[in-house]
Amino acid sequence: MKFSEIKKRADDEWKQLQQSKEPTLFIGAATCGRSAGALETKKTFQEEFEKRGINANIVEVGCLGPCWAEPLISIVKPGGPNIFYKNVTAKRATELVEKFIIGDDPLPEFALGLVGDKGDYDIPVLWDLPNFKAQQRVLFRNFGFIDPTNINHYIANDGYSGLEKAISMEQTAVIEELKTSGLRGRGGGGFPAGRKWEAGLQAKEKEKYVVCNADEGDPGAFMDRSVLEGEPHSVLEGMIIAGYTIGAQKGYIYVRAEYPLAVKRLQDAIHQATDMGLLGEDILGSGFSFEISLFQGAGAFVCGESTALTLSMEGRRGMPKASPRPRTTEEGLFDKPTLLNNVKTFSYVPQIINRGGAWLSAIGTEKSKGTAVFALTGMVNNCGLIEVPMGLTVREIIYDIGGGISNDKTFKAVQTGGPSGGCLPKQFLDTPVDYDSLKAAGSMMGSGGMVIMDETTCMVDIARYFLDFTQKESCGQCTLCKLGTKQMLNILEDIVDGKGQPKDIDILLEIGKAVNGGSLCGLGQSAANPVLTTIKYFREEYEEHINEKRCSALACKALISYCIDADKCKGCTICAKACPADAISGEKKEVHVIDQSKCIQCGMCLEKCPKKFRAVECVPGRLNEGGK
Amino acid sequence: MADKIELTINGQSVKADKGMTILETALRKGIYIPHLCHHHDLDPVGACRLCLVEIAGKWTKIAISCKTEVQDGMVVRTETPEINEMRQVTLELLIADHDTDCLACEQNTKCALQRVADHVGVNKERLQRLKSREVKAPIDDSNPFFNFDPNRCVLCGICVRTCDELQNVQAIDFANRGLGTKIAGFGDKPRIESNCESCGECIVRCPVGALTEKDYMKPTHQVKTVCSFCGCGCGLILGVRDNRLVSARGDVSSPANKGRLCVKGRFGYKFVNHPDRLTSPLIKRNGEFVKAEWDEALDLVADTFSKNKGEKFAAISSAKTTNEDNYVLQKFARAVMGTNNIDHCARL
Amino acid sequence: MAGLATSLGSGSMTNTISELGGASVILAIGTNTTATHPIVALQVKNAVRNGSKLIVANPKEIELCKFADIFLQHKPGTDVPLLMGMMRVILEEELHDKSFIQSRCEDFDAFEKSLAEFDLDTVEKLTGVPQDKIIKAARIYATQTPASIIYCMGITQHVHGTDNVLATSNLALLTGNIGKPSSGVNPLRGQNNVQGACDVGCLPNVYTGYQAVAIPEIKNKFESAWGVALSDTPGLTHTKIFDACYEGSISTLYLVGENPVLSEADASHATEAMKKVDFMVVQDIFMTETAELADVVLPAVTFAEEDGTFTNTERRVQRVRKAIDPVGDAKPDWWIACELAKRLNGKGFEFSGPEEIMEEISSLTPAYKGISYARLEKGSLQWPCPTTDHPGTPFLHAEKFGTDSGKGKFKPLTYRKPGEETDGEFPLILTTDRSLYHFHSTMTRRVYGLNVLAKEELLNIHPEDASGLGVENGQMVKVVSRRGEVAVKVKVTDICPLGTVSMTFHFAETPTNLLTCCELDPVAKTPGTKVCAVRVEGL
Repeated sequence: MKFSEIKKRADDEWKQLQQSKEPTLFIGAATCGRSAGALETKKTFQEEFEKRGINANIVEVGCLGPCWAEPLISIVKPGGPNIFYKNVTAKRATELVEKFIIGDDPLPEFALGLVGDKGDYDIPVLWDLPNFKAQQRVLFRNFGFIDPTNINHYIANDGYSGLEKAISMEQTAVIEELKTSGLRGRGGGGFPAGRKWEAGLQAKEKEKYVVCNADEGDPGAFMDRSVLEGEPHSVLEGMIIAGYTIGAQKGYIYVRAEYPLAVKRLQDAIHQATDMGLLGEDILGSGFSFEISLFQGAGAFVCGESTALTLSMEGRRGMPKASPRPRTTEEGLFDKPTLLNNVKTFSYVPQIINRGGAWLSAIGTEKSKGTAVFALTGMVNNCGLIEVPMGLTVREIIYDIGGGISNDKTFKAVQTGGPSGGCLPKQFLDTPVDYDSLKAAGSMMGSGGMVIMDETTCMVDIARYFLDFTQKESCGQCTLCKLGTKQMLNILEDIVDGKGQPKDIDILLEIGKAVNGGSLCGLGQSAANPVLTTIKYFREEYEEHINEKRCSALACKALISYCIDADKCKGCTICAKACPADAISGEKKEVHVIDQSKCIQCGMCLEKCPKKFRAVECVPGRLNEGGK
Repeated sequence: MADKIELTINGQSVKADKGMTILETALRKGIYIPHLCHHHDLDPVGACRLCLVEIAGKWTKIAISCKTEVQDGMVVRTETPEINEMRQVTLELLIADHDTDCLACEQNTKCALQRVADHVGVNKERLQRLKSREVKAPIDDSNPFFNFDPNRCVLCGICVRTCDELQNVQAIDFANRGLGTKIAGFGDKPRIESNCESCGECIVRCPVGALTEKDYMKPTHQVKTVCSFCGCGCGLILGVRDNRLVSARGDVSSPANKGRLCVKGRFGYKFVNHPDRLTSPLIKRNGEFVKAEWDEALDLVADTFSKNKGEKFAAISSAKTTNEDNYVLQKFARAVMGTNNIDHCARL
Repeated sequence: MAGLATSLGSGSMTNTISELGGASVILAIGTNTTATHPIVALQVKNAVRNGSKLIVANPKEIELCKFADIFLQHKPGTDVPLLMGMMRVILEEELHDKSFIQSRCEDFDAFEKSLAEFDLDTVEKLTGVPQDKIIKAARIYATQTPASIIYCMGITQHVHGTDNVLATSNLALLTGNIGKPSSGVNPLRGQNNVQGACDVGCLPNVYTGYQAVAIPEIKNKFESAWGVALSDTPGLTHTKIFDACYEGSISTLYLVGENPVLSEADASHATEAMKKVDFMVVQDIFMTETAELADVVLPAVTFAEEDGTFTNTERRVQRVRKAIDPVGDAKPDWWIACELAKRLNGKGFEFSGPEEIMEEISSLTPAYKGISYARLEKGSLQWPCPTTDHPGTPFLHAEKFGTDSGKGKFKPLTYRKPGEETDGEFPLILTTDRSLYHFHSTMTRRVYGLNVLAKEELLNIHPEDASGLGVENGQMVKVVSRRGEVAVKVKVTDICPLGTVSMTFHFAETPTNLLTCCELDPVAKTPGTKVCAVRVEGL
């Protein structure tokens, strides 16, 4: 079939949905939505529709981004705008059916915003909300709007037209567009994609591979998953274009087995694309053939590293190969030239080809083009997936998009780049978020994790937390990473446990520098970042822990105390009854006292003390026996 | 003749062949660069991180010398304050994770980690701050010929690569991650249950005392000879102590095996000193063997043979004994016993 | 041996072990190389690692199959049809080396005619190997160069062992894969010094260096060298000696380092034969099962207690050195033989030691002429080494073959049934092989660790055969052949094809050779231990 026919059929189907005489319900049913209960919400709608004899379209869509608003749905009534509703539980779903679908009340109090003609609705335009306004949706443009399991939805929204265009271009012309776009690898390394593709094309061998790295392993990161679940075809299309450009015949997607929905979406997408002649033999009659297979990884963090990834695919143990070594574009999978890019990198490509490289390069900063995708988490009001133009400041991300620090606390640090990124303090709030600025500040772009910390976060403890992760995930072959991270972790555990020694900071710095300077792979070479940056920017917290045995953030149990304010205690005995360690004594109606030698700092007394008294407080440092 | 490359190592001008690594070049020139995971028979992996050097010239970087090939004009420094600091940390990490009862270790004085420690030295205060493992890992003594002590293993991977690259057996690999990383057979079962062929090539290459021969005894002198099992004719170096064989190793100078041995070649010599060896001539009298002096036995045999010369006699020689033994035997059959009834077991 | 000697003029490995690493294709037929020649196997595996093709032909799915591009699992005893089938493909597809055949070979026409009976339908039926595999193997062997063939007892220990060997040399000649580095036909010799024992004349028909006893000039040469009159009648071969003992024509037997009770095919026949002789001397290092039958037992030394030389499978003469003093009162074999000779008034046995013996060997043996202890001290030498400045010969037949005409001889072959066939009473084929952990039995059974690694005899049997017989892994069964029976533990494994079982012969407790067949190859007189009809009974 010619692409024009495919396109026409898709357009027709899309138009039919748009002009439906029935109401259409879009449900964010990616993994994030599902874990918030989206499928139950969907079921409620279905049951309500059935019960009430309503004909309506129900479409499962990918993730719009705002996790805090899940389950998130949108409703389009014939002729009306697309209204998004937040936290749509079963109860709220019933109400929406009654009031809005049957009735005429759009329930603005539950609405997040609308897309389309505002008309008389008392609902803000979605894109004008602060949460969205600073965002720029390039990769995400279709998320929440199209059905990822329906290839026609994708095609109707310009899908596969990039491929159609690319296969009519010279291979070098495709590379030129990529170079013009300034696209850099979104896996974290930031290597210019155009140059990598060029190396792939120039590799002499006949047998070449395209591999998509979908081994998203950073704790709390789900950018790639959302792309795979929300628009799997964009990844396939990018890979097919890559295959054509470098002259590869075979593509693999290395995806975590822990992403079952993404795997399903990809499998379905591969079948659909193959059925339509967009993948497989003689793609769109061009004579170019390309296959894509999935490879499910077993969940080792290190397998996200390119050489470990290809070894793992070869059935060997996933361990990075030491430099100097040939680039993957020279010697990758099965020792053949291999173009390895991240999910998001591939996903940008179709639009770049469609709109031209200059379009993307107009977004972002001088050296970091396009948009950046982050999983914004931690102590921020609006957690979720965001896409922003490169160069937006940390402050804009936190305070505009993120809605500020939660619980009215104050900002303390931001950590980017996954578990081996750095923690940056408030003087970096106005740092532009791009590859080079973050690196200069001692952190990195990484693949898109962004954790916000407030005053209740202990920086020593946070370093311990991240190191615990990297230490466990070290591939185990290189001495510095395997043993160095563990010994640093031992010291950090001592420090948060009140057993820190005066020389510990120096020793941490020495081991940390050796680990970063001498480790075998990129993971090891950045493993010490959380420690080195927290010492650099929050040294006083370390000193306080070690020298004064205090944790001002009140996070390290061994370095805090609970005590009862004699002026406030009314002797209600609730705390004494709640104390699991029998550490609280005092007669009824008399002031209670915590025996510090028995106290295990569980915080139960603080939690149980009636709000009207607020007699228990938590203070830094260990109090002497006998209490305050 | 390979192309010659000129570079400088520690201020000394050095020539090397194209394709050689910095480490090989330095070692050949007698310049020691600390290393644990390098072995000249194996592909480099760069895991131990000890052989870092500073390279200046066009390059200016710190790189592992075991994997970096020499190039014309390279200026290499093997000892700089930065490198020494990193090496020292690496060494201390290894020591803290290592069973250090060196005097009780078979590899004592031959241990590569000892050599690194001797060269690099430690920062005692820092070393004392590091923690050792609380629980010792059990020693795998399931194989009748060797033990594996994970507490002495530095995870250089030389055994894994030997088993893979040289033997193509792949009985062992790295298992687990992080600090739990160890060398194990499939399913982490005892070594004897793996597909290990007990060739012992990994023991020979283990740079530390992790893989050691059972009942090891250091020989007082060694003798170069040839293995007596199959037709490969592997060069063998036998270790002798108190007129007994105590060890065997492959002769790297032998073109037949280039130092490699199989399980029989390496461990099979033990039959030589078996208590069942025949130690004196025996003559059967009334159905029982009775010990005899050589003269008595030889006289008896010669006397009987003298009456049975010609075609009534046959001798079967052995493909196990030497050419010289065999030659004399066939000459005996032909020239003394007057018959060509001489054969050996070649057909079996 | 007899096979290659007639077709190529020399019965030994044409190449050097290390040359296998440089071969583009290796055909390993009738050799379980990883178990019997582990160090040769390293070269094969190394070659594969570096991109060489490997064709394995074996009735059993041996370890080497893991590395093979093609595995031809032919029925035991069908080596000739398998190889002839491959050659027919090569000729039909014109992949043969016409100029090599024309310039270096003879008797091609007769050979070509003999291929007529080996059409692929017939070959498939006989061997059980699908035609497409044979075609693929033929193409790979014929188009990759250099090509090496290795084989072992799986080729020779057959009633048609000589035919099998000739089939391999035909194949090499047909494609011109001989006379070059990494290119040739390589019989892997089983024992450490089989090659040497043959070289120095421990064969009934030849003196040292394969000089025939029946040729008058040769006889004269040795008569004048040794100063005695010699017989020009070739003697009896190994297996015939036992027959003669059995029949009574031989009354006196002198056995050196041999344990026929275990190692001889149809061992009970050999045992009976030895019991019949009037006087038997056994010279060995342990009280073997055979020594128990002797009238006099003489204690010999092991390789570690004497000086001398071994010649390995690649014709490499190497120095063996004394490491320890003889255990107890044990003596070197040469010393014992010399002492006997002196008592029998033999002349020329006043050797001062092995070096002097080697001088005599060199003086009488053209291929060893250039070999001396002084030279061996500097390193090993591969014969032919005709002069004292000759560097030795890594591969044979570079310019011409060792045959009288100097040409490689093609040999027409025809399919002949195995000496023994299955029937209703004995429905399974037993084939014997070896364990990596043992070598025969005398030595390795006395190494504790080796007996931990391989502690007992096992009958390998295909799962379907096992379930048909109702036997399970680990169960004891009785294996019965037309000649005897043994009890053995079962190992159910699909490395054996359906209908074929296998055993080793290292264990005195389970004397496998009581079962095997002693029918001989008509030329080489090698027994057909590789094909033997048996039945398995539950115990």
